[in-house]
Amino acid sequence: MKCVGWKCSFNLVLVLGAILLAVVPLSAQQAPASATPEISKALNEKLTQLDKDVKAAQSAGDNAWMLVSAALVLMMTGPGLALFYGGLVRRKNTLAIMMQSFALMALITVLWALVGYSLCFGGSGPVIGSFEHAFLKGVGAEPNPDYAGTIPQATFMVYQLMFAIITPALITGATAERMKFSGTVLFLTLWFLVVYAPLAHMVWGKGGLLNAVGGRFPCLDFAGGTVVHISSGVSALVCALYLGKRTGYPKQPMPPHSLVLSFIGACLLWVGWFGFNAGSALAASSLATSAFVATHFAAAAAALGWCASEWLKNGRASALGAISGAVAGLVAITPASGFVGPMPALAIGLIAGVLCYLMVTKVKAIFGYDDALDAFGVHGAGGTIGALLTGVFAQQMINPIFGVGKDVGGLDGHWGQVGNQLVGILIAWIFALVGTIVLLKITDMITGVRVPEEHEIEGLDITQHGEEAYNLEA
Amino acid sequence: MMKIEAIIQPSRFESVKDALREIGIEGMTVTEVRGHGRQKGHTEVYRGREYTVDLLPKIKLEMVLPDELANRVVDTILKTAKTGKIGDGKIFLSRVEEAIRIRNEERGENAL
Repeated sequence: MKCVGWKCSFNLVLVLGAILLAVVPLSAQQAPASATPEISKALNEKLTQLDKDVKAAQSAGDNAWMLVSAALVLMMTGPGLALFYGGLVRRKNTLAIMMQSFALMALITVLWALVGYSLCFGGSGPVIGSFEHAFLKGVGAEPNPDYAGTIPQATFMVYQLMFAIITPALITGATAERMKFSGTVLFLTLWFLVVYAPLAHMVWGKGGLLNAVGGRFPCLDFAGGTVVHISSGVSALVCALYLGKRTGYPKQPMPPHSLVLSFIGACLLWVGWFGFNAGSALAASSLATSAFVATHFAAAAAALGWCASEWLKNGRASALGAISGAVAGLVAITPASGFVGPMPALAIGLIAGVLCYLMVTKVKAIFGYDDALDAFGVHGAGGTIGALLTGVFAQQMINPIFGVGKDVGGLDGHWGQVGNQLVGILIAWIFALVGTIVLLKITDMITGVRVPEEHEIEGLDITQHGEEAYNLEA
Repeated sequence: MMKIEAIIQPSRFESVKDALREIGIEGMTVTEVRGHGRQKGHTEVYRGREYTVDLLPKIKLEMVLPDELANRVVDTILKTAKTGKIGDGKIFLSRVEEAIRIRNEERGENAL
């Protein structure tokens, strides 16, 4: 559903047709009747060559943008998320949380090459992919027209890999400061195979149940609101509940140890998100521009929304509030980015900024769960509201995903799309809830999930990794 | 010999140091410390969670002086470190029995 390459091909045909019409009668007048077949043969060859060259030029442009986008999305995990989360924990757990993000960069990459890509994008089943591309069989320079017809399939494959890395990394925000490294690695490996791969296939895969084009419940998710943010956010909540509170929470103060790190991390996330959302156009197209603009506007509005809420409540706007708000806005615009204009993007951002502020300051306190770094409050809540609002604000003027002249979202008058979005949200929630509970139980039986209390007090850097982030004696 | 320990506001440190240099005091040991007396702390809010910070940053100056200099130094610190608000800090005086310069093992006031 991410591919909208037809526009460019259509233009190409028009241009070539015009050349043909202009050139053919002219040549016919100049040449003697007997020479016509040779001339038209030469012309045909030339046109075929021209067609090839134009396609190659488009592929070069699209491929350049997609490779840059893939690198930007990797930058969101490391250093982006690693710094963002790293600054929010207490100093004794800094390396441990950064290491979790980094370990996923390596681990998911290997899994992706072996079976991950194939489980997400192989075959055409409704729920999960196939082993068609296991060990990256058949994934090379040739485009895969099912997904992105103008770039090598290997580019598409490596771009999608970066999404699969950051999604489980987001969950570590809820398990921070108390989950074993061994348990984290095992749980997130299982989680990637059992929760992420099916959801990615259902929403983006050919024949997927929720695919916007041809799915049973056409659910709009441009860049991963359900696949990335709802799945990780809801799983994060389950993890926080299963693990229990950190020792001393909420009585003992646990302020962030370095908001400077978090600040740098959040800014890298913002920049990286252009690759995440605008890259999801899978081409260097005008749709990519539209998604880029929507992404940026939503982040800005959400930062203001969170800050304004704080200002009203505490009389001050904080740096942590501003960066948290921006991230919330980026989360919420993710499913909508390729379907909405700049003004709806501002609205989505503002709503997400205020809602996520209330989630992490009020709702979390009322229920008392210890979602340490607010993975649920930001990604679960922001992803859910974003997915819902996508159904409201999506417009065919921006992206005629259902066909030219067909209404897309509520603004177009197609309110039924909100219902489709709800089905998508519901399936993602249930999948994440059930999958995470079962996988945590399995992990608990094999490696255990929580570190002993004395290790938690000493800090995970020393007890899990045998090193310190800040070595004062060095 | 007297030892002077003065705990002062970080914002007054530069003025105190300059004033001490003007009266000819050259040696001192300075530490960044945290603590509180009667001054109340402040509240910090991170994502809605409030933390009361009681221990506030201060600067501690330590110097050991011949008896006749001690009063002048105390007067200078009082004059320059005072803002008149709670939290200006304290000065402690104590007697020092011996001082030894490690380099050449000089003792007493000669070692200061």
